[in-house]
Amino acid sequence: MQEKSISELAAGLRAGEFSSAELTRFYLDRISQHDEKLNSYITVTEEAALAAAESADARLKSGDADLLTGIPVANKDIFCTNGVKSSCGSRMLDNFIAPYDAGVISRLKGAGAVLLGKTNMDEFAMGSSNETSYYGPVRNPWDTELVPGGSSGGSAAAVAAGLCVAATGTDTGGSIRQPAALCGITGLKPTYGRVSRFGMIAFASSLDQGGPMTRSAEDAAIMLQSMAGFDERDSTSAQEAVPNYLADIDADLKGLKIGLPKEYFDEGLSPEVAASIQEAIDFYRQQGAEIIDISLPNSALSVPVYYVVAPAECSSNLARFDGVRFGHRCDDPKDLEDLYKRSRGEGFGAEVKRRILIGTYALSAGYYDAYYLKAQQIRHLISDDFAKAFEQVDVIMGPTAPTTAFGLGEKADDPVSMYLSDIYTIAVNLAGLPGMSVPVRPADGKPVGLQIIGNYFQEAKLLNVAHRLQQETEWHKARPATFA
Amino acid sequence: MQWETVIGLEIHAQLATQSKIFSGASTAFGAEPNTQACSVDLGLPGVLPVLNKGAVKMAVKFAHAIGAELSQRSIFARKNYFYPDLPKGYQISQYELPIVGEGQVDISLENGDSKTIGVTRAHLEEDAGKSLHEDFHGMTGIDLNRAGTPLLEIVSEPDMRSAKEAVAYARKIHQIVQYLGICDGNMQEGSFRCDANVSVRLKGEEKFGTRAELKNINSFRFLERAINFEVERQIDVIESGGEVVQETRLYDADKDETRSMRTKEEANDYRYFPDPDLLPVEFDQPFIDAVIADMPELPGDRCDRFEQEYGLKRADAEAVTASRAVADYFEEAAKIAGDGKLTANWVTVEVAGALNKDGLDIAESPVNAEMLGGMLVRIVDNTISGKIAKQVFEAMWQGEGDADAIIEKRGLKQITDTGAIEKVVDEVLAANPDQVANYRSAEEKKRGKMLGFFVGQVMKASQGKANPKQVNELLVKKLAE
Repeated sequence: MQEKSISELAAGLRAGEFSSAELTRFYLDRISQHDEKLNSYITVTEEAALAAAESADARLKSGDADLLTGIPVANKDIFCTNGVKSSCGSRMLDNFIAPYDAGVISRLKGAGAVLLGKTNMDEFAMGSSNETSYYGPVRNPWDTELVPGGSSGGSAAAVAAGLCVAATGTDTGGSIRQPAALCGITGLKPTYGRVSRFGMIAFASSLDQGGPMTRSAEDAAIMLQSMAGFDERDSTSAQEAVPNYLADIDADLKGLKIGLPKEYFDEGLSPEVAASIQEAIDFYRQQGAEIIDISLPNSALSVPVYYVVAPAECSSNLARFDGVRFGHRCDDPKDLEDLYKRSRGEGFGAEVKRRILIGTYALSAGYYDAYYLKAQQIRHLISDDFAKAFEQVDVIMGPTAPTTAFGLGEKADDPVSMYLSDIYTIAVNLAGLPGMSVPVRPADGKPVGLQIIGNYFQEAKLLNVAHRLQQETEWHKARPATFA
Repeated sequence: MQWETVIGLEIHAQLATQSKIFSGASTAFGAEPNTQACSVDLGLPGVLPVLNKGAVKMAVKFAHAIGAELSQRSIFARKNYFYPDLPKGYQISQYELPIVGEGQVDISLENGDSKTIGVTRAHLEEDAGKSLHEDFHGMTGIDLNRAGTPLLEIVSEPDMRSAKEAVAYARKIHQIVQYLGICDGNMQEGSFRCDANVSVRLKGEEKFGTRAELKNINSFRFLERAINFEVERQIDVIESGGEVVQETRLYDADKDETRSMRTKEEANDYRYFPDPDLLPVEFDQPFIDAVIADMPELPGDRCDRFEQEYGLKRADAEAVTASRAVADYFEEAAKIAGDGKLTANWVTVEVAGALNKDGLDIAESPVNAEMLGGMLVRIVDNTISGKIAKQVFEAMWQGEGDADAIIEKRGLKQITDTGAIEKVVDEVLAANPDQVANYRSAEEKKRGKMLGFFVGQVMKASQGKANPKQVNELLVKKLAE
């Protein structure tokens, strides 16, 4: 059952092979059976899920159903969900019950999806290993001694282990694509503005973007179809019309121009990952695609630029967590300063504090020009690199992450090494482009992700390119044996 | 030593939008604490600001009114600081690219000259909530009803040289925003707030002195007092060998003094940066044209028009255009009365006096413009005299109905029948033979004053109803016989 795609499940629901209530029960059972080993959920909303499943069954009978109606999905705990704890992986919001639904949540509910619960994540989406969560690390279903990647590690692990049909994630510097790669699933970070940020707890507002994490490109297309679209509550959300993502998903790739940036195949890339990526590129060549060597000369600057821009924005975005109106508040504050210092000191973890400090510094009088302003200028150069590349090619390909999943605790004390695991994904966020990670041949039994980058609002093209690979290969169907 | 005062003002005008600048919550004043704050105003996790177009339109109107350049592209920035009544930990404001650029307004000085005061910029921002320190037993209460209310911060050049000039400028801005209908101008409720940057320097010196920023000023009177106090204080500091420090000072109206709130060293580093949640504000000429087309007549234009159209003296025209409400009142009454000068006189003397006495606003006047106009018509057509009109006005003020009804009811109609007046005149002359003799033997130039006596007697005898002009003419004629 947990191998079935969304379309297969949708067909089964319509054919009466099983009900949404049964399907939901099946996934809830899998969660209680397996999640102890993974810690992929922070909150399981069993009652609400079963109630939603009942409504979905009624809706399916009425004939007015969406492809997602009755399909059990999980949401990253960064999306506010009405009446449900929305913690963002932080002690700060451990007591926060959101009084509204995020744009993404209302759309999924509107489509009739069954929301199973909220998945674990790096605290405030700051991390690449899911080790910064207040709720403890998530483990990689392929090997529970390995990290699942981050920050959407809970969603990635849950999808990979079959603890939901599909999940949502968010990606600020690679947080959908990198865990998708490390857990062997498909993840899509849409164009900035494609998916509403309303109710998505902000990390770095100019970079954050929600997207689907699924077992296939086709499932991702169905999820994105529901998630995408203009939301008047988010001023940065795009007015651009949402195409039918399934319409051309199977289109022929003959003549597709694929750019390979030489900077993505440098000495930082592990040879095993490089070999898997090469094999996938060979597949596209055989499909009639044209492979073109390109350069994104400012790529090397993307990590330092990101670690100025993202912390700067986060230092301001996280200022609202002050212990005054909601969230963690220290016991018996003796004055205002004490209230601020202890509430924030106790509520935030080390990585969050590190980034708030970096960001506060970068925005300070006397440093703003040297750091923030300079970073913004370089950000333009990085966008320009992509713009030039897309004059030549249709999509850009490379590895999603430089290595396969690393061990729990391996990089926990070395932030710079941790930051470098997002070296191939960050530039895409800085430019606001859509990017995808799809599983290719595993290396040494560990998943490897191929990254596909498209031009603005070219999600349909990315899904098509990924889908063709998944039609002809079985890599995306590999599942960790423990969770069969 | 001769000292010169240099003043610049920062005025915060609360814009009269129905909803807040970045949320749909109501901006109405005086609601129960925290009943007009939605998730956006509370700064809950994940919520986002959406700009209220009404606030942008109001800024465009203001720009046009002061002849300022409009930035076709302006940017919202975050001003970061922690305070319990600032829910997000930052205020959304405009920093590097404000919506309104340089403009100017003219003020009238006491000697009758006018002076141009430069406006450096005006920008849109959100207001913070309020911290309530009383009634919480050592704790602080937070009311976020005001959080997110749109403000237009209007920054002047340091062009003012006295407290009086500063007040004249502040009044001028107050008049403009009220005319435009973009701010209710209520200083008590904090809809219109003035901060003053004050410094002194020796006359002839080019460099500005170190300035102090005065806050917490909630009336024009206090603005003048606060500046005067501060100027004296700064001069005292310098003359006794000290140095003025750059600081923010609070004005205490009860003690009529300013005292230090924080010095420059204690000031926050606001870490401004462009707000990534909001797109740059951009608009094109058709949008601007449409907003301008929708603008009311400005006070200066209206003053000029009243001078010409109603034949008012400049001072009277200025007086009746001081506020849009008064100007509207005047114009409606004048149109009915058909006599601008007479109407201006009544509006500025009788109506203003009565309002003042009862502590009412023109909008609350028991005698509305139509009623006043209806009464003035009766002066113009000689139904009543100006003196009787005061009785009628008083009766209208007390709610006895309109002028015609009161005139009818009280029998105040003027006597214009020459025969009837002549009878009274004859009686008065017969009853006062000594005064008549005195008058007749007096020099011509002294007679004017003496005539007044007879007029008074006739009016008294006719209970004020005799037409004064006819009384005058008859008396002159009869006394000359």
